[in-house]
Amino acid sequence: MTGRLKTFTLGGIHPEENKLSANAPIEVLPLPKQAIIPMGQNLGAPSKPIVSRGDFVKVGQLIAEAGGFISANIHAPVSGKVLKIDNVPDASGYKRPGIVINAEGDEWDENIDRSKDVKEEIELDSKEIIERIKEKGLVGMGGATFPTNVKLMPPPGKVAEYLLINGVECEPYLTSDHRLMLEKGKEILIGTSILMKALKVEKAIIGIENNKPDAINHMTELAKSYEGIEVQSLKVQYPQGGEKQLIKAVLNREVPSGKLPIEVGCVVQNVGTAYAVYEAVQKNKPLIERVVTVTGKAVRKPSNFMVRIGTPVRELIDAAEGLPESTGKIINGGPMMGKALTSLEVPVVKGSSGILLMQENESRRKPENSCIRCSKCTYVCPMGLEPFLLAKAAKLGRFDLAENELVMDCIECGSCQYTCPASIPLLDYLRLGKTMVGTIIRNRKKK
Amino acid sequence: MNMLTVSGSPHIHGDESTKKIMYGVVYAMIPAMLVSVYYFGLDALRVLLLASVAAIFFEWLIQKYLIKGPVTIMDGSALVTGILLAFNVPSNLPSWMVIVGALVAIGMAKMSFGGLGKNIFNPALVARVFLLISFPVQMTSWPKPQAIINGLTDAITGPTPLGIVKEGLDAGKTMSEITPELPTYMQSLLGQMGGSMGEVSAIALILGGLYMLIRKIITWHIPVSMLLTVVVFSGILWGIDPEHYADPVFHLLTGGMLLGAIFMATDMVTSPMTRGGQLLFGFGVGLLTILIRIWGAYPEGVSFAILLMNAVVPLINRGFKPRRFGIKPGVEIKTS
Repeated sequence: MTGRLKTFTLGGIHPEENKLSANAPIEVLPLPKQAIIPMGQNLGAPSKPIVSRGDFVKVGQLIAEAGGFISANIHAPVSGKVLKIDNVPDASGYKRPGIVINAEGDEWDENIDRSKDVKEEIELDSKEIIERIKEKGLVGMGGATFPTNVKLMPPPGKVAEYLLINGVECEPYLTSDHRLMLEKGKEILIGTSILMKALKVEKAIIGIENNKPDAINHMTELAKSYEGIEVQSLKVQYPQGGEKQLIKAVLNREVPSGKLPIEVGCVVQNVGTAYAVYEAVQKNKPLIERVVTVTGKAVRKPSNFMVRIGTPVRELIDAAEGLPESTGKIINGGPMMGKALTSLEVPVVKGSSGILLMQENESRRKPENSCIRCSKCTYVCPMGLEPFLLAKAAKLGRFDLAENELVMDCIECGSCQYTCPASIPLLDYLRLGKTMVGTIIRNRKKK
Repeated sequence: MNMLTVSGSPHIHGDESTKKIMYGVVYAMIPAMLVSVYYFGLDALRVLLLASVAAIFFEWLIQKYLIKGPVTIMDGSALVTGILLAFNVPSNLPSWMVIVGALVAIGMAKMSFGGLGKNIFNPALVARVFLLISFPVQMTSWPKPQAIINGLTDAITGPTPLGIVKEGLDAGKTMSEITPELPTYMQSLLGQMGGSMGEVSAIALILGGLYMLIRKIITWHIPVSMLLTVVVFSGILWGIDPEHYADPVFHLLTGGMLLGAIFMATDMVTSPMTRGGQLLFGFGVGLLTILIRIWGAYPEGVSFAILLMNAVVPLINRGFKPRRFGIKPGVEIKTS
């Protein structure tokens, strides 16, 4: 363990951790028969397909290009024939453009180094690294899916001082980052060194909550042989994995309202992203697979799988010994910020960190009661907002008030709604407020 | 397979509920209820039961037949109001007055504003003040506490310590002349003094307050700021002229001070939403209480002070915002 326990100071909650799959080693999931690859897997513009129906593609071959500056390339996760380029189901329940590949064999692009050797030496320079990361379609693997290369290019006048690697995994149930740190620690550290080189920073800190002492010990031990990388254990508190909260916890710096972490000299990347960076830069491997936790109280075999992008959720659940009878809700992600899925045919995408099966009796919201003005939402808000007030403003259509009361600072962590004794769906209203205020701000800028 | 539920995040919920909070307050009031029954006998039990049942009944009546909306009488909020109302009246108050009080509390102070969470003023205090103004004689004839073991004889009535002081000072006596008539601090702590049912025993009230603090039903901000203000303000006056002003400990232990600080001023619905606002609110209540106690017409000022501060809570909420993340304190928030 290194140093004393740190955490962020404003708000926060401590939901039951339920890390049921923490001791399940990462298993490689068999290839899907069909890979369904949505074009909108990243924050920003969706990618544009560059293959046609009937084309044969190899694993790792570029199949869709970034559709703008904030967008990412997509590569074939399986080899086989492109079955169709059509609308496919995505995690939000809509059908959106995507590519479907019928898997045949497992034929890889020759340029990808598939050896198991860990390659330490970093040959590329800063510019080449960023170019490589962009080319390999890397996005933030923690769930936000912001294109990684964009984050590595600070805007003019801004200098990065620290790289923070997010190994917090504050969402209950999820263990994919935890397992990755235990099993691919070395690769993560090399990935971190690569990111440091790309950003030209001297210092990197890996933040890990102390409910993962094995990961803290392991990473601390490994980090000794990497210059400038430190491990910081953190007190368990949700939402510590939020960028702003992590920076506050580790460095006691506060990202100003409406600004990005670079404002306080920080760039935050997830441990999963650091691993993907290692693979992209050292092994020339695009982002075609990731670790996904399959978990839930009734799941027979809570697991962590290495899964090819595009694998339907159904196959992951089957591998965890099937869908429990009692399942009432399927969540893509964790219980605090994940999205409820409408079908089992939704594929794993770059940002899928877990599949959580909730039982029928824990699936439904409690009935909403009157606000008793207890202020608990205000006390737990990590951004210092007043969720009850913002919800009221959104409910009444008072978006001017919502804007003045800083609704855009909401990180949608859900702490308010989790805490509300009256079970008011506060975050629903806050999301409405954010959407409307966002539109108002954009329209104002246009004028 | 079952139908899948699809809803926005978060998908889990903490185990706190309105009901748990309300019944938590009820549990916190148990020590004070026991003390009131111990000292005031079956009369206290009568007032407690009557006020609670009437409060719940009126809430049911109004929700079912007037608003024709959902009936939420089981959430415990009406029960809390009922018990608090009972705490705020003398134990010998005629039954029909207790019922009128419950009607005022629930009907006028709570439901007419829209029900739970929407009222501006503390319902039990509105009812107390209503009763005090309407039935001044009955509301100020305080039975002397007699332990239940001494037999259930007709209670002897007498003034409260605050009344004794007020009357004495008005009659030109000095504090050293008045003090022998007052209960000792130990008697005040235990509840051996005249007063409303729930306010007599400091220890019972403090026990309840500690329970609510541990359960996180209340925070320390309002009680501490209110009591500290009382101590400082009355302490200054007492320091200047101990012959004409009662000492701070007397102010703390008598009247509705602790009942108000722990159970009434901390009412979530009618107190400010932020810590800063709560500190100001407590300060205001403390200040107004001493002002009224010393210079007002009534010997006791806690209820008026809390109600007056209730009225400015919306204003306080506007002025006191939580500390925002990423905005330096004192820096004006940019508005569009």
